[in-house]
Amino acid sequence: MDIHEFLTPPAEMARRKGPYDRIVMSSRVRLARNLRDAAFPGWAKKMERVRVMEMIVPAVQALPDMKDHYAESMDNLSTLDKQILVERHLISREHAAKSAGSGLVLNRDETLCFMVNEEDHLRMQALRPGLQLRQAWEAIDHADSLLEKKLEYAFTSELGYLTACPTNLGTGIRVSAMLHLPGLVLAERINPIIQSVNKLGLAVRGLYGEGTEALGNVFQVSNQMTLGESETAIVERLEKVLAQIIEHEEDARATLIEKKAKMVFNHIGRAYGILANAHSISSKETMNLLSLMRLGVDIGLFPGVDRALADELFILTQPAHLQKQHSEKLSAEERDLLRADMLRERLKHVSRPIAKPNPPGGAELDKPQK
Amino acid sequence: MLCCICKEREATVHLTQIAGDKMQKVDLCEECAKTKGVNDPTGFSLADLLLGLGASQEIEQASGGAEVKCPRCGFTQADFKKAGRLGCPDCYRTFADALEGLLKTMHKGTRHVGKVPEAMRQSRDLAERLKTLQKRLAKAIEQEDFEQAAVLRDEIKQASAQLPGPAKA
Repeated sequence: MDIHEFLTPPAEMARRKGPYDRIVMSSRVRLARNLRDAAFPGWAKKMERVRVMEMIVPAVQALPDMKDHYAESMDNLSTLDKQILVERHLISREHAAKSAGSGLVLNRDETLCFMVNEEDHLRMQALRPGLQLRQAWEAIDHADSLLEKKLEYAFTSELGYLTACPTNLGTGIRVSAMLHLPGLVLAERINPIIQSVNKLGLAVRGLYGEGTEALGNVFQVSNQMTLGESETAIVERLEKVLAQIIEHEEDARATLIEKKAKMVFNHIGRAYGILANAHSISSKETMNLLSLMRLGVDIGLFPGVDRALADELFILTQPAHLQKQHSEKLSAEERDLLRADMLRERLKHVSRPIAKPNPPGGAELDKPQK
Repeated sequence: MLCCICKEREATVHLTQIAGDKMQKVDLCEECAKTKGVNDPTGFSLADLLLGLGASQEIEQASGGAEVKCPRCGFTQADFKKAGRLGCPDCYRTFADALEGLLKTMHKGTRHVGKVPEAMRQSRDLAERLKTLQKRLAKAIEQEDFEQAAVLRDEIKQASAQLPGPAKA
């Protein structure tokens, strides 16, 4: 089957709702596991990697939650396919670089994704819209408990689950949330927040994980330590920190509207102006402007417009997704033209932002007037 | 002070991260700071950087310069230095001494807390039960309570039959 027939259309994906999805775009819990009797993927010879994959993939496919699934070896996916999976946050950039001996298994609603022979033999993740760390943990814990009956994991009682990189040792867990924080960025309050989150031993990264920029004011917060703290304790710790970041973001937005409304409306108005009228626009600029438009929707400047529109365009305007809609190979310049065409078309019926937020849309920001 | 990455240029960027009660310090030259993305607070994490730096040094020190090689997969400390990853699960035993210090700086603790595979948990519980039974058996024999000892002996036999692999009792 073609991966593109399997993947949920971006329009549908963007409409998925979750708690606090104004700010928390998605939640993810990933577990790293390895088989006891094989070298880690980075050191194993191709034959051994293939053998590992042939043991893991059928076990994953047999899981009840994976009844309807897509499974493929990485060498059967084109560079474009892989890039699309990266843009959807289903696989890592590292996994996209893999070929024979590495694979992918994905369930129908894209809530469970298994990377075989990435850095570890098995990297499994559960994804949820909005803030649902606990639910994601429970889902992946369940899948893992079923898999351990069939696969003999590398595990010792002192060091826990053994992983290729010592940074993942122990629980092998990475709990993360993707946050949209335009308020903190506009209020120039983001850096102290990042620093204090870092001090708590949590990592703050950009849109595509390790070593990437925070495009579109999207930040990933995740745990770093995996040894010496239980999975549930890590989930709880992250929940607490996220609750605080959400509060800070809401507060930053409210304060901005109260004290610097003109500055915020100016940013949003200009973002709309460019998105709706440009004839050439890069993916980076698009993401940054869509972020402002998303903020505009949140604070009620675009009555009748759903946040899902911004989220859908956020996916569709990325390079691989854009390329996919055209049969001929596009250069970066051609993509910029087509991206602008698409944005003008999609925003044709979106009226320009109103001058003042409507109370219902901006209900959260309703402060008593003095 | 020289940059701790290139060890060539003067370090002008000094970073300190305090996580809990642990303090980590890095001194970098401007060029290395740039390539490591230190200037961009969003994409940078000190721990990632430290891992690459500290790991190989620790292993080198612990081995006293001698080449340590994993008997199972042939992975060496030089490989670890290059990759920052280990070769196979057994490497954790091979490089145990060297890794201990590294794990201390990297993690909250050095002992696993959390999920244990069910089969592992069962055999651990069973092993513990066997130990208790054996203690009680020794005591019964000491007190010449042979009736009780016979009961205990049967229980031990039964329990050790459930242990995977050759019976240990």
